[in-house]
Amino acid sequence: MLEYSRWKYLIILLVLALSVLYAVPNAFPQDPAVQVTANRGAKVDAVLQQRVDAALKKAAVPFKSSAIEKDGNLLVRTSSDDAQSKAAEVIRDELGSSYVTALNQASTVPGWMQAVGAKSMSLGLDLRGGVYFLMQVDRQAALSKQFEATAEDIRSTLRDNRIRYTSVESMGGGSVVAKLGIGQDNAKARQLISRDMPTYQVDAVGETITVRIPQAELDKILTDAVQQNIGTLSNRINELGVAEPIIQRQGADRVAVQLPGVQDTAQAKRILGATATLEYRGVIDGNAIEARDSGNIPPEAKLYDSKDIGPDGKPLPVLLNKRVITSGEQLQTASAFFDSQSGTPAVRVRLNNIGGQRMFDYSSEHVGKRMAVVYIERVPEVKMVDGKEVRSTRTSEQVISVAVIQSTLGKEFQTTGLDSMKEASDLALLLRAGALAAPMDFIDERTIGPSLGKENIQRGLTAVAASFGFALLFFLVYYRMFGLITCLALLINLLMVFALMSVLGATMSLPGLAGIALTVGMSVDANVLINERIREELRLGLPPQKAIAEGYDRASGTILDANVTAFLAGLAMAAFGTGPLRGFGITTMLGIATSAYTAVSVSRGIATLIYGGKRKLKSVAI
Amino acid sequence: MKPFNVFPYDSNIDFMRLRWISLSVAFLLMVVALGGMAVRGFNFSLDFTGGIGVELRYDKTPDVDRVREQLDAAGFHGAQVQNFGAGNDLLVRLQAEGKQEGDADKASSIGDAVAKAASLAGNPAEKRSSSVISAQVGKDLALKGVYAVLFVIIGFLGYISLRFEKKFAVAAIITTLHDVLICAGWFALSGHEFDLNVLAGILSVMGFSINDTIVVFDRVRENFRGMRADPVTVLNKSVNQTLSRTVITSFVAFLTVLALYIYGGDSLRGMAESQMIGIVIGTVSSIFVACPLLTMGFLKVTKQDLMPKARDEEALARRP
Repeated sequence: MLEYSRWKYLIILLVLALSVLYAVPNAFPQDPAVQVTANRGAKVDAVLQQRVDAALKKAAVPFKSSAIEKDGNLLVRTSSDDAQSKAAEVIRDELGSSYVTALNQASTVPGWMQAVGAKSMSLGLDLRGGVYFLMQVDRQAALSKQFEATAEDIRSTLRDNRIRYTSVESMGGGSVVAKLGIGQDNAKARQLISRDMPTYQVDAVGETITVRIPQAELDKILTDAVQQNIGTLSNRINELGVAEPIIQRQGADRVAVQLPGVQDTAQAKRILGATATLEYRGVIDGNAIEARDSGNIPPEAKLYDSKDIGPDGKPLPVLLNKRVITSGEQLQTASAFFDSQSGTPAVRVRLNNIGGQRMFDYSSEHVGKRMAVVYIERVPEVKMVDGKEVRSTRTSEQVISVAVIQSTLGKEFQTTGLDSMKEASDLALLLRAGALAAPMDFIDERTIGPSLGKENIQRGLTAVAASFGFALLFFLVYYRMFGLITCLALLINLLMVFALMSVLGATMSLPGLAGIALTVGMSVDANVLINERIREELRLGLPPQKAIAEGYDRASGTILDANVTAFLAGLAMAAFGTGPLRGFGITTMLGIATSAYTAVSVSRGIATLIYGGKRKLKSVAI
Repeated sequence: MKPFNVFPYDSNIDFMRLRWISLSVAFLLMVVALGGMAVRGFNFSLDFTGGIGVELRYDKTPDVDRVREQLDAAGFHGAQVQNFGAGNDLLVRLQAEGKQEGDADKASSIGDAVAKAASLAGNPAEKRSSSVISAQVGKDLALKGVYAVLFVIIGFLGYISLRFEKKFAVAAIITTLHDVLICAGWFALSGHEFDLNVLAGILSVMGFSINDTIVVFDRVRENFRGMRADPVTVLNKSVNQTLSRTVITSFVAFLTVLALYIYGGDSLRGMAESQMIGIVIGTVSSIFVACPLLTMGFLKVTKQDLMPKARDEEALARRP
């Protein structure tokens, strides 16, 4: 009549134990820390650790400990935010640009808990603050990229219309100059160009056509580049798995990014600022070493360094075509893997239709010829000139692999020749998250305090506790014994939501916390449905134990229907929302799922424990 | 032991008699809400509009809460103040009237005013930089919102049609949209600040509202199968039977939100407000809108709609 099978109790106990295990890490505080990660070509080892320790001691900056973590980064723990930023400064000065020095929050959760995936939720920007990066778009690079593109457009327009030209070059200062071959129809060329580029100013004098890009157009190009970069940055942050970031344009050419409690800020910084991309270019036949030494480079070619070192100790040069077959921008997806054939880490890429078509066209015409993959990276450098920091950037272009085209290539192929698996996975992430429309440089990095005041946070927490307390009190008074069961179920529900959110790595903000209180407030519905149903069955004259069993059975169907629909609403918020909306949606879904389980299963288990064993139950306190 | 109870059982209020009045009132409220949104629009917050960011430096470490109070007193309402780096820097973000993208002069003069207002006694603030900042939420949010609503409508339609009947699905969706619109309309009409948290609150009203409606519909379905009575009586009976549950659930939910509203401070007030309205409207509408809709026009339900289909076919087969 009123029974509950053993294995269901076992599941309840298991769920309870897991919930406690995964909710507990939230009780451990975090250490403000400084994280040091090696850039391409540098290494984190015991020697570096000693160097850092010595520098910190010399500068008299207190720190708790320094250790090389499992992921190969050096982590220096400090005891206060103040010591943290001082330590970061000291380390940054000491190590220079071969290492990324970043602020971090180090977990103090015991190792065995971390080993089973138990971790604490990170607190949101409103509660804990986070890290702040200010990035600036490189105006010059953004514009010169546009000039290059304009020049290429003009070239192809002339080529398509069979107008011979000797050169089309961007001159800087907003103009592109085309020199036509002798005897070509310059009026026709001018007309064609103005038709293609109606907003540009086109002048023709003799064989020379000058295309000027007006200032308004240049401003628009810059604004678009910043806007597109914001999109790319948010993609990259999503790939990093950071919830609820703030990304804002600041002024004309800057982007401010705030990230709440990131675990690995060094990686965040590297990924955010990175402009690494791949380009595929055809190899030009000819003696590259001779071309390098004589300076006699064929007009359609450009000289690149490859990864391999020649007998003279310099990198081996390669002559590549100026025209790019396809680049990272035409890419749809990328994933890293280990290529067993070449024995090196590799990236598998899939191009979009345009890129795939270009690759197909090129490779089908050039079977048996060689093609190179160029890895392009922009490395920021900080130099001290006359006691002042001078920031500059260096673009490194390196050929990472040259392969003979064996057969026609399509949309999908792979690139080998990367140094390490980490490099491969970082590159894949960057390629997936899209290329920046214009390179950006970090101009500021800070830890940032909570955006809500202490008072507000305190009030918020009090309110959440109060609202939870109200609900519990009401149930105790109104349903007595069953109220107690309901309260237990609600507390277990709360524990489960906390555990699940921690495992999922959710970011907890004040609205999120309020969301939990609300879902608890609403999840009482399932309990009310059950309790009211039991009362109803009792009124109909059923014996107490039968009434309890009937109440649970009959309410279950209603709870299912009501919760599935509410779950759909939460799913919509999580799927289409950003920031707090998404967090709210996820909280809602979790809350509904766990409350349905606790109301139907856990509370029934408890009720059976209390009332099930009694032979002659006269009445129920409900 | 007699149950402790404040709501009478066996209530038999004739909700259906009022159906034309209640539906007219609901329709009117919806029109008012839509009108309010069209005419007055929303008082969007910094999250949506963007504004101005000012970086301040103090001589000594400032008390952030004190700075917030002073800015609020000086008329910079809703300014976000954060510690910025270690020690003496603060970052202030606020909405600015009539600012334009890239309007550097305006940003600068507002920055000066902010620095003046944020200066503490014996600890003056110096403006280090100020610039126009864009909205935190992208322009694509509106489009995503439309997708989300479409997703919800299709999802509800699918699930409710499967478990209940198409008429129930349509009635439930109309009721839910009615609740969300009224809730949003309140914010347009009252001019209360509309931030991302309020949006989250309003959207979660959808979940509450559908939940409430489904519970009543569930009882309607059960009663149609078990009772011999005309649809209006069945609907009335169902609403009455679930009345105590509806009121208790809403009462407890309202209580939790009320605590957030009273004790939660500024940051949770908007969200709690949207929830309180949503809970009240959602409860009332599940009684006065959802069920009456089932008696009208093409949504009129009959016993046949809810009888298991297999039995219908058997009955048909037995006919001569």
